[in-house]
Amino acid sequence: MTLPIFVPGDDPGPDFVGLLDRLGVGAFESTAPFDAAQITHGTTVLAIRYSDGVLMAGDRRATSGHLISHRSIQKVFPADNYSGVAIAGAAGPAMEMVRLFQLQLEHYEKVEGSALTLDGKANQLSQMLRNHLPAAMQGLMVVPLFAGFDPRTGQGRLFQFDVTGGRYEERDYAAIGSGGLHASTVVKLRHHDGIGADEAIDVAIEALFQAADEDIATGGPDTVRGIYPVVALITVDGFEQLADDDVAARTGTLLDRLRGAS
Amino acid sequence: MYVSPEQMMKDKADYARKGIARGRAAVGCTYADGVLLCAENPSNTLRKVSEIYDRIGFVGVGRYNEFDQLRISGVRHADFKGYSFSREDVNARSLANQYAQALGHNFTHEMKPLEVEMLVAEMSEEDGGDQLFHLLYDGTVMDTTSFVVIGGEADAIRERIEGTWSREADLGSALGSSVNALAGPDRQLAGDDLEVAVLARQNGRRAFRRIEGDDLDGLLA
Repeated sequence: MTLPIFVPGDDPGPDFVGLLDRLGVGAFESTAPFDAAQITHGTTVLAIRYSDGVLMAGDRRATSGHLISHRSIQKVFPADNYSGVAIAGAAGPAMEMVRLFQLQLEHYEKVEGSALTLDGKANQLSQMLRNHLPAAMQGLMVVPLFAGFDPRTGQGRLFQFDVTGGRYEERDYAAIGSGGLHASTVVKLRHHDGIGADEAIDVAIEALFQAADEDIATGGPDTVRGIYPVVALITVDGFEQLADDDVAARTGTLLDRLRGAS
Repeated sequence: MYVSPEQMMKDKADYARKGIARGRAAVGCTYADGVLLCAENPSNTLRKVSEIYDRIGFVGVGRYNEFDQLRISGVRHADFKGYSFSREDVNARSLANQYAQALGHNFTHEMKPLEVEMLVAEMSEEDGGDQLFHLLYDGTVMDTTSFVVIGGEADAIRERIEGTWSREADLGSALGSSVNALAGPDRQLAGDDLEVAVLARQNGRRAFRRIEGDDLDGLLA
């Protein structure tokens, strides 16, 4: 592994994916058709904007066809200090995309000496999805959510994407994956202007619970094994994932309420 | 006209040394929490001190375009290595060797030697394990665990810091001894004249932090 030095015309600049191409490591290889049911899929993730920033959450289940392949997979990741990325779709390519995206943001920051803007980061993810389109057409679909704290507006912002790389900024919330429809209905009914962190966390946990109640590919809280959704808050102080104990306690409160209501 | 190899190497070395001596100096030293990197640099945008990887920092002096290209190639080397293997597999020793190869190759094969002197620093997770690699224009590499001075008037600065440096020093006193050594007896350096960063054990995965503005003035006061 020698020092990568390029002549000015061939220099990839701060682009890590471009660097990988020049070093002969294609980031996304196109594949032959195969049975998509054999591939591990991750499912429901959501993002909610609240008063101090933005929240991201995801269930923990991964499925292969009708089987549960993992019970405690992670689908919500920090992208850098002030943004996060959550994924739904084929788990393998999605994890690789997250890893490349994290590296790309850090690589840019180090080479250029300053971080990308939030829009710049969202655009990068868009381009990665577009590069991935041939694989997506063969069944390896990846759909991320991207959210972060924008220091220029002092607010949280969130972006949805489609498999072609289309980028759509949402105002208040978004949910994707097989249980995304049910989750977003719960968030839609309970979201309001100026919603605080505390309430947003409870809404996210209930939304994932209701999604798991309707959708077989979304995992509900697993009190036997102690597996709970991943919930992360992104504010002016950075990306912070909630402790499992906190999510477990809030899930307990939710279950008590539902028992009382039934 | 015949020029002996000895003469040619000497001329190249003189040329490189002259170029490096024109620039202002920089100091890297270990202290209680990690590594302190401190350069005399009146510019706020053209950096001499930079982050390479989680626990690796870089300082370059001499010709800006030359050491900046080497800095960027170091970031690429580290990020690519971490991507191919694991983040823990990236270390300063391997990077310093790569730099030495590149500098040595350039010195023997090119007309013009690179007019750069560089420091690659690695913070260790354990106290006392920090390492500093000092690289010269011809590919010479030296390692130490105490302090390194690069750039113009390095000998005088080295003598001054030798008397005040201590591995157990806190950030304030390590910075004080570095800045006093850079300034010498007849000058005062203020925050605006300096570029300061640390690789500190309490900073989490990416240990590199710049110390700027009020934080720097507070430490210098």
